Amino acid sequence: MAEKKTKPTPKPRVAMREQPAIERVGNFSEVALGYTREQAMAEAARCLQCRKPACVKGCPVEINIPGFITRLAEGDVRGAYGILRETNSLPAVCGRVCPQEVQCEGACILGQMTDKASGEKLEPVAIGRLERFAADTFAAESACDELTGKPVCAMPRDGLKVACIGSGPSSLTVAGYLSALGVQVTIFEALHEPGGVLVYGIPEFRLPKATVGREIDALRAQGVEIRCNWVGGKTVAVRDLLNDGYQAVFIGVGAGLPKFLGVPGESLVGVYSANEYLTRVNLGRAYDYPAYDTPVTRGKHVAVIGGGNVAMDAARTALRLGAERVSIVYRRTREEMPARREEIHHALEEGVHLEMLCNPTAYVGDGKHRLAALRLQRMCLGAPDASGRCRPEAIPGDVFELPCDQAILAVGTGSNRVLLQDTPEVTLNKWGYIVVDEETGETSLPGVYAGGDIVTGAATVILAMGAGRRAAKAIARKLGLQ
Amino acid sequence: MAYKVPRPADGTFLSCVIADYMTSEGHPPQNRKTGAIPWLAGKLYFLGDIMAARIIRKEVLIPGQTTKLVLDAPHVAAKAKPGNFVILRVHGKGERVPLTIADADPQQGTITLVYLVLGKSTWLLNQLEEGQELNDLCGPLGRPTHIEPGPEPVVCVGGGTGIAAMHHIAKGFSRAGHEVISVIGARAKDLLLFENELRTFSHDVLVATNDGSHGIKGFVTDALRDYLDAHKDVAEVVAVGPVPMMEAVANLTRPYGVKTTVSLNSIMIDGIGMCGACRVNVGGKIQFACVDGPEFDGHQVDFVELRERLSAYKPHELKSYQECGCSHG
Repeated sequence: MAEKKTKPTPKPRVAMREQPAIERVGNFSEVALGYTREQAMAEAARCLQCRKPACVKGCPVEINIPGFITRLAEGDVRGAYGILRETNSLPAVCGRVCPQEVQCEGACILGQMTDKASGEKLEPVAIGRLERFAADTFAAESACDELTGKPVCAMPRDGLKVACIGSGPSSLTVAGYLSALGVQVTIFEALHEPGGVLVYGIPEFRLPKATVGREIDALRAQGVEIRCNWVGGKTVAVRDLLNDGYQAVFIGVGAGLPKFLGVPGESLVGVYSANEYLTRVNLGRAYDYPAYDTPVTRGKHVAVIGGGNVAMDAARTALRLGAERVSIVYRRTREEMPARREEIHHALEEGVHLEMLCNPTAYVGDGKHRLAALRLQRMCLGAPDASGRCRPEAIPGDVFELPCDQAILAVGTGSNRVLLQDTPEVTLNKWGYIVVDEETGETSLPGVYAGGDIVTGAATVILAMGAGRRAAKAIARKLGLQ
Repeated sequence: MAYKVPRPADGTFLSCVIADYMTSEGHPPQNRKTGAIPWLAGKLYFLGDIMAARIIRKEVLIPGQTTKLVLDAPHVAAKAKPGNFVILRVHGKGERVPLTIADADPQQGTITLVYLVLGKSTWLLNQLEEGQELNDLCGPLGRPTHIEPGPEPVVCVGGGTGIAAMHHIAKGFSRAGHEVISVIGARAKDLLLFENELRTFSHDVLVATNDGSHGIKGFVTDALRDYLDAHKDVAEVVAVGPVPMMEAVANLTRPYGVKTTVSLNSIMIDGIGMCGACRVNVGGKIQFACVDGPEFDGHQVDFVELRERLSAYKPHELKSYQECGCSHG
């Protein structure tokens, strides 16, 4: 048994540098700037190295969190990165966009303790920031030869091949897991760039494209083949792949069908789905128009409808595109918003207005089929509903108009039918999502697996990765690799 | 015969020799019943990372205005059906451009596109020559035309560049055993497309030009009205062309009670149902042209709304076009 450590009162959590709000609203560069080596080592030293680490249980991809933090505390970035990559194919992405506060950090024992001296609650170890530091620093210090050289783990096995449809977080996880076991994985992506929601959805200032690209290059170096412009269900069918000798097919096509409210005026010019708005700006790089050819209308007064992370992304994007006023319209209050606290905080810091307890009842045109205002019904909170959140109720007669020339709808997405229409053998539930075996991710069509938003409906990057990991394990067992 | 497929990572080319899979006639063996090409399904493995497509033939149909491209795109050609479209990008910073497939030859592995030079992207596309490649080609997209086998007469109406897309649909009806009457129109004789191609399988080709330089003097609707008055057995009218033309056709056929299908060219980004930019009001319901269409019941489409939505990016289009005209031209 090691000598008993004397445990002084843990130091406060090391803050991470950020671009000041006043500067960042004028650019698309990343907001959070990451730890320095000293900061990372200091933060890593806060870890209690619990014998039964609760943080690992809180992680959908079961990262050996105490393990990688120990390495970081010793200054061994390469060792830490190696541990991360054992279970996580996208550490630089997860370190940025995971809701750590409800996962690893939410379970961190340090975060449950109070400071004996001041009686204040202690903050958990900044696991996400450390993960990001390890991934970024490894990439920066271990340039091309490390990333593109063949890793030692994968001994390619003849005749084993698996196809993934879609190249978002769940498919990338499947590809990372299986290719490390020597399986030839081919990813079919419908758009012209791989990454799925990491590329078309999450903005540059939150997750730089170069970071995503680096993770994908690392997978390519591991032998994963990615084919863009192949539309699952159109260019290539699931049965084509099974006939072609793929032993398993993983469907990770996400839930990308934008929802509309169905209120009058929704077809007015100036009303966007958040998907369209963000796809133009992110995938099409419309923020750099006309250097890139995809245009986006730059609204002056922008209303973003919805209270999730996508709404925050759209609002903050609109500010960066030069909007004079950006309002988030949400029918409950700030407390009930599903967005991460950090995202709401960043948005407010940057000057986004919150129009709470309002529900759009119509889009008002200017007579020339262009949006002029949003008609809003004031709401109040009633009794909690099935979701446990207070049900918003209309206040009769309390209606007003919010002038705006652009409205961006971020009220959720549904199941995209393109692949599913072509694959009727796969059973869907009543919402149009794929029914899978919870343990293995296998669908009603043997050998065909699914995971991510196309199974659960819109959720987070890390949950999709968790589903990818479960499916990959099941596929590996089926192929006799474990 | 070998297909060259570009590898974007290192810029080199991978030759994919699939000659082994060709029959003695030089065609891949095709399953006559399903139309499936076994070698293609079996050998996806050989077709590189991205779907770049090489231009095999380029033909200027109307100088400075309309061009026809035949592209080497076996994986798209194998699945392309009448009514489908593709999305392409000319270069790495380009926008995604939807274009309807004017013809497809699964045996040769080619598709035909016809485009009107209208903005920056089509202008850039027009700069490419035979042997050069598009940056991206994605498809076939959209629901294909609903074609039941039968002998009933079907009238296919095409206007301007839309004649090219209509050609693929008319051919589909003809192959399914229908008597096809093609009605095509343009401002003048020189601006008519695909007349000879349509004559190879159409029962009749009716032509209307605004100046009377070919066929009747007037619009396609004039020719269509005369035909519908004289023939009561028309099963369906399909119209592809400028929005005002499709609207006029739908208004004309309504009192005749003839099923009328129009093919809509809404603004699109992804073409796979993700953005909703292409939403159209059909019978009071929101439909996405890319995945629910592009063909809809012409009597149900809200054309006024469609016209307004199509104009959303007019200022951007003009600006881009002018800028590229200055910087490239």
